[in-house]
Amino acid sequence: MSLLRIAWRSLVERRLSSFLTGLSIALGAALVVAVLVIFSVIERSFSQAAHGYSIIVGAKGGRTELVLNTVFHLGRPIENIPWSFYKEFSEGRFSRAVKVAIPYCLGDNYKGYRVVGTTPELFSELEYAPGRKYEFHDGRNFATDGFYEGVVGYLVARRTGLKVGDTFAPTHGITTEEGQGHTHDEFRVVGILAPTGTPNDRALFVNMEGFFLLEGHAKGSPQPQGPDGSEAEESDEAETRAESNDGQAGSAGVSNESNAAVGDHQNETSAADAHSGHQGHTHNREPLPEDQREVTCVLVRVTDPILGTHLPNVINEGPVAQAVSPLRVTQELINTIFQPIRWLLLVLTTLVIIVAGVGMMVAIYNTMSERRREIAVMRALGASRRTILMIVLCESVMLAVLGGAAGVLLGHGLIRVANPFVVAMTGVSIGLLEFDILEGLLIPGLVILAAVVGYLPAMSAYRTDVARVLSAAP
Amino acid sequence: MLLLEDVAKSFPLPDGTRLQILDIPELRVGEGEQLVVMGRSGCGKTTLLHVIAGISLPDRGRVEVAEREITQLNEVSRDRFRAANIGYVFQTFNLLPAFSALENVLLGMSFAAGRTDTSRAEQLLTRVGLKDRLGHKPAMLSVGEQQRVAVARALANRPRLLLADEPTANVDTGHQQQIVDLLRDTCSEENIALVLVTHTPDVASQFERVERLEDLNQVARSA
Repeated sequence: MSLLRIAWRSLVERRLSSFLTGLSIALGAALVVAVLVIFSVIERSFSQAAHGYSIIVGAKGGRTELVLNTVFHLGRPIENIPWSFYKEFSEGRFSRAVKVAIPYCLGDNYKGYRVVGTTPELFSELEYAPGRKYEFHDGRNFATDGFYEGVVGYLVARRTGLKVGDTFAPTHGITTEEGQGHTHDEFRVVGILAPTGTPNDRALFVNMEGFFLLEGHAKGSPQPQGPDGSEAEESDEAETRAESNDGQAGSAGVSNESNAAVGDHQNETSAADAHSGHQGHTHNREPLPEDQREVTCVLVRVTDPILGTHLPNVINEGPVAQAVSPLRVTQELINTIFQPIRWLLLVLTTLVIIVAGVGMMVAIYNTMSERRREIAVMRALGASRRTILMIVLCESVMLAVLGGAAGVLLGHGLIRVANPFVVAMTGVSIGLLEFDILEGLLIPGLVILAAVVGYLPAMSAYRTDVARVLSAAP
Repeated sequence: MLLLEDVAKSFPLPDGTRLQILDIPELRVGEGEQLVVMGRSGCGKTTLLHVIAGISLPDRGRVEVAEREITQLNEVSRDRFRAANIGYVFQTFNLLPAFSALENVLLGMSFAAGRTDTSRAEQLLTRVGLKDRLGHKPAMLSVGEQQRVAVARALANRPRLLLADEPTANVDTGHQQQIVDLLRDTCSEENIALVLVTHTPDVASQFERVERLEDLNQVARSA
C-alpha cells in the first residue's frame, strides 16, 4: 500500500476536517485565479485595443492623451490636423509607406457615448484582434456614399436600445454636459457591431462625410448653440487651442470660430435625403470641400515594420502632427497602472492562501494527538520515522493540491458564471479556458507551502514515542 | 532464534531516579518454538516484548533475533528488520480505523519493502475465518473478528518470530480459544517462533513451554 493511499485514507477518515481545510485552500486559490485571469484579460484587451494599426497620427500634444481619446474613447481630443496632412497618407508623400490610413473625427457624443466620424475601411480593412475581423451582430457596414449612415458598437446598442433602422442624432461635445443639449442631424443605424471586447463596443461610428456636414463641423464654421441660444462652452477652449497651433487646427467635431453667426446646417441644400429613417428631414449630399475639412487623428498601418519605426520620426520632426505607437503607450499604461494593482492583489491573495496554509497546519497538528496510537502501531509494524513523516507530509500536500485544483476550477467556474455580466458591462468576454501563465505556478507553490506547513505536524508524528504510546491504555 | 543476554531496562522517574523493569540474565527461544511468558499486570511483560521487537532499546545487554543482534542496529535498520521478521499482536488489537480488514493486513506488508501481496492477505483472512469481511472496517467487526484481523496482519510478512501481547485479554471466553488455536496452529504450520505473554492460566496451560517472568527477571524476583 503506497504512502499516498495511506495518507488519502487518513484524510477520508477525517473527512469533515479535511474538507474544511481543503475548502479554505480552494477559496484562496480561486481568488488568485480570479485576479490572474481578470487582469490577464484586461491586459490583453487593453493591449489589443489598438490592434490593426501601428501608428496614430494626431495633433501635437500629449502622447497618452492621443491614445486614450483615440483608442479608448476617453479624455478630450487634443486638436485637429489639416485634411491636407491626412491626404499625405492616402495619396501624398507618406502613401508608399502606408497600407491603410483611417481618418478619425471626434467631437460628438450620443447619450454620453463617443461618436466617431470615419470611413467604412475601419471595419473592412482593420482587424480588432489578431486574425479577427469586425463582424456585424446585425445589419452591415455603412456605405461610402451613405453620408448619414452609422454603425453602433455592441454595448451602445444594448444600453441605448438602438437597432438597425433606428436613427440617432449626435450631440455636440464629447460628453453629455458639453454642447448644452445642441443636437445634430440624425444618422440612420445600418449595422450593430458584434462584440469585440474592445473600447469600440462603447462607441458609435458614422460616415465621416456626414459628420463633416454637421453644424459647426466644417473648418471655419460657427460654433453650434444650445437650445437656450448660448454657445457651446467648447468653443472658447477650442479657440484657444487653435490659436496656440498657428490657427491650423479646427476641431473636426467642433469648429474653433466662435464668433461666427449661429445657423442651421452650414451646407444644407435643398436636396432631399435619399435614405430612409429620416422623417421630414433633409440632408446635404454634397461633400464638404476639402479646404474646410479637418480630422482629429489618423490610424495608420504601414507596409513594412521598419517603416513603422521610421515614419513616426519623420512626422514628429515636422511642425504639424505627432505620431505615436498605441502599443507602446498602452504598454506604458499597463505597466504603470495595472501591473502595480495586479501585484498588490496577488500579494493579498497569496496572503489569504498562506493563512489557509497555516489553518491546514493547525488542523493536521490537532489531529496528531488523536493519531498517536495509530502512528505508534504503524511504527511497531515496521514503518520508519521517515515513513511516518512522509505520510503526514503527503496528507498536507494532498490537501493543498486537491484544494488548489478545486480552487482553480472554482475560480474559472465563477468567472464563467460572471461572464455574461462582464460582457454586458465591458464587452470583454472571458472564456472558461482563459488561463494566465502564472496559474502554472499555483499548484507547485501550494505544494511547497504544504510541505512547509506540514513539517511541524510531521515532525510531531516523527517524534512519537512508540513504546510509551503502546504501553498506555487506549 | 531468539536470544536475550543480560538484558536490563529501566525508565526515568520524575524525581530523577530510574525504575528498573527488566533484568534478564538469559532467555532463549528456538526456531519454531512456542513460549508463553506469564506474569502479573505491570511486571514488565509488554516492556519485554518491546525490547525483543526493537521498539525500545535495553539499557544494556544483547538481543538477537534470527541471528541478527538487533541491539546493534540503528533505528532505521531495526524498523526494517522488524517489518520483515517480527509479527506483533497487540492486546488492544490496534487496527487502524480508516482501513478495511484487508487493508490493515496489507498495511503490515507495505512497511516491509516489496512484500505487498494481496492474495496472501486474502488467504490469511480466509484462514482466520474472515473471508466475507475483507472490506469491512474495524468498527464493523466484532471484538473477536478484530483480533483475528490483528493476527492475520502480524503473520502477513511471514515473520520468523511472532510476539503476542495478551492477545486474549479483551476477547470473551468463547473467542479466547479461537485466538489461541489460531496463533498456535499458524505458528506451527509456518514454523514461526511464538512468544506470547499472558496472565491467564487457561491460555498458558495450552502451551508446552511456559515461563513466569518473575523467574526470568531478576527485578521481579527481588520485588
